[in-house]
Amino acid sequence: MSDATGSLLPLDAWHRARGARMVPFAGYAMPIQYEGIIAEHRWTRESAGLFDVSHMGQIILRGAEAEAGLETLLPADLSILKDGRLRYSLLLTDDAGIIDDLMVTRRGDHFYMVVNGATKEGDIAHLQERLPRTVTLDYMKEQALLALQGPKAAATLARLASGVDALGFMTGGAFEIGGVTAWISRSGYTGEDGFEISVPADRVVEIADLIADQPEVKPIGLGARDSLRLEAGLPLYGHDLDTGTTPVEADLGFAISKRRRSEGGFAGWHRIAAELENGPIRRRVGLTVEGRQPVREGAMVVDDEGNEVGKVTSGGFSPMLEAPIAMAYVPAASAEPGSAIRLAQRGKIFEAKVAPMPFVPHKYHRKGAGQ
Amino acid sequence: MTVHYTEEHEWIQIEGDTATVGITDFAQGQLGDIVFVELPDAGRQVTKGGEAAVVESVKAASDVYAPVTGEVTEANQALSDDPSLVNSDPEGAGWFFRLRLSNPSELNGLMDAEAYKAFCENQ
Repeated sequence: MSDATGSLLPLDAWHRARGARMVPFAGYAMPIQYEGIIAEHRWTRESAGLFDVSHMGQIILRGAEAEAGLETLLPADLSILKDGRLRYSLLLTDDAGIIDDLMVTRRGDHFYMVVNGATKEGDIAHLQERLPRTVTLDYMKEQALLALQGPKAAATLARLASGVDALGFMTGGAFEIGGVTAWISRSGYTGEDGFEISVPADRVVEIADLIADQPEVKPIGLGARDSLRLEAGLPLYGHDLDTGTTPVEADLGFAISKRRRSEGGFAGWHRIAAELENGPIRRRVGLTVEGRQPVREGAMVVDDEGNEVGKVTSGGFSPMLEAPIAMAYVPAASAEPGSAIRLAQRGKIFEAKVAPMPFVPHKYHRKGAGQ
Repeated sequence: MTVHYTEEHEWIQIEGDTATVGITDFAQGQLGDIVFVELPDAGRQVTKGGEAAVVESVKAASDVYAPVTGEVTEANQALSDDPSLVNSDPEGAGWFFRLRLSNPSELNGLMDAEAYKAFCENQ
């Protein structure tokens, strides 16, 4: 089913009944906002926000060669990924361009992967082409995905799904919620503590109702999801990352595991090894912008003579800092925090400074070291 | 005192040869949370249909076009400190700028409150 704004997700009517304004995103009609982006953003930072991320691709990869096969495409060390643990990783081209960013979980005898909605078809085609034929790929179209994010997410969700509060950051497990078995992980993309909840699409309306009926919870749209991830310093695929950017340029070196750095054996390793050795020519940084006017994606980074030397890839207004913030690719020589950066947008010059990211501190629920 | 409306969702309140310009409640609702407004300086000539101001919501920047031709006499400085006045009181304290009308006959093609209401219902 579809309408003018795209294919319909399982919660389409649920969003509309709650006053959502629907917009086209990743080929789907999705809620951009309910009561307002700033109010929803602050609610998530102070209480708990429920996000529908059912447009994202949920994939299972199974087979004796799945681990070795995936290690040829991702820079992650899957050999040390324990059961029930997840890791942020990147699907790379042979010259280290980023095809997608994703979460990969070891789940018993298989891997469970969550990829971006706009890129899932291409990701699946790439995986099928490049993985050994013994690896079976199951695109779980029948699963919906929710996220509950914020400081009150754990206490709230633990009332409905007993035991979830025992999960540490970047771990997951199977839990009962509302009579349904869900895969729940302690993860998300807002910088807050929180959970991602994978449930059968034909039961997601009742699960969403159950969660949204809790007094700490409000539904949150894509608008606040974007401003939250920007404050958290988290890149958005298709904006801050694409096949023309490498993990080192994108400042995602943490996603290249130690063993993989020395051993290689994954797509793009030669370029990545060279960039790790010599430094990249440009780097993704955070920027704080003088004044109050936001500088948006597409604005130019310019030198003193006005020549374009980089690009703003995400920009907006931070509801928590009440100031404009942005992410940009700048020349490596200007990438240190505090460096002065000049931006040009619609014929106007803006002064900015490289700022450490996240802009707003992460509040992940880490249990001890090594997680 | 007469108020006119444009298809671009601006209102123009006329007192003598002075027009006060802002965006309508419908427009602010569509834009969402407004975080910045760039206003024209006093003395600037604006032309009907030409760019006069920029309004920035959390999500996007939008141009505001001059609904009539004239010379800007005053911009609403209160919006520099509190752009959210455009959300909370769009057709009052959230006004954008005042101008001296060059050609009052330009008002003839604009909508009154009733016609504008009907126009919005068809949006």
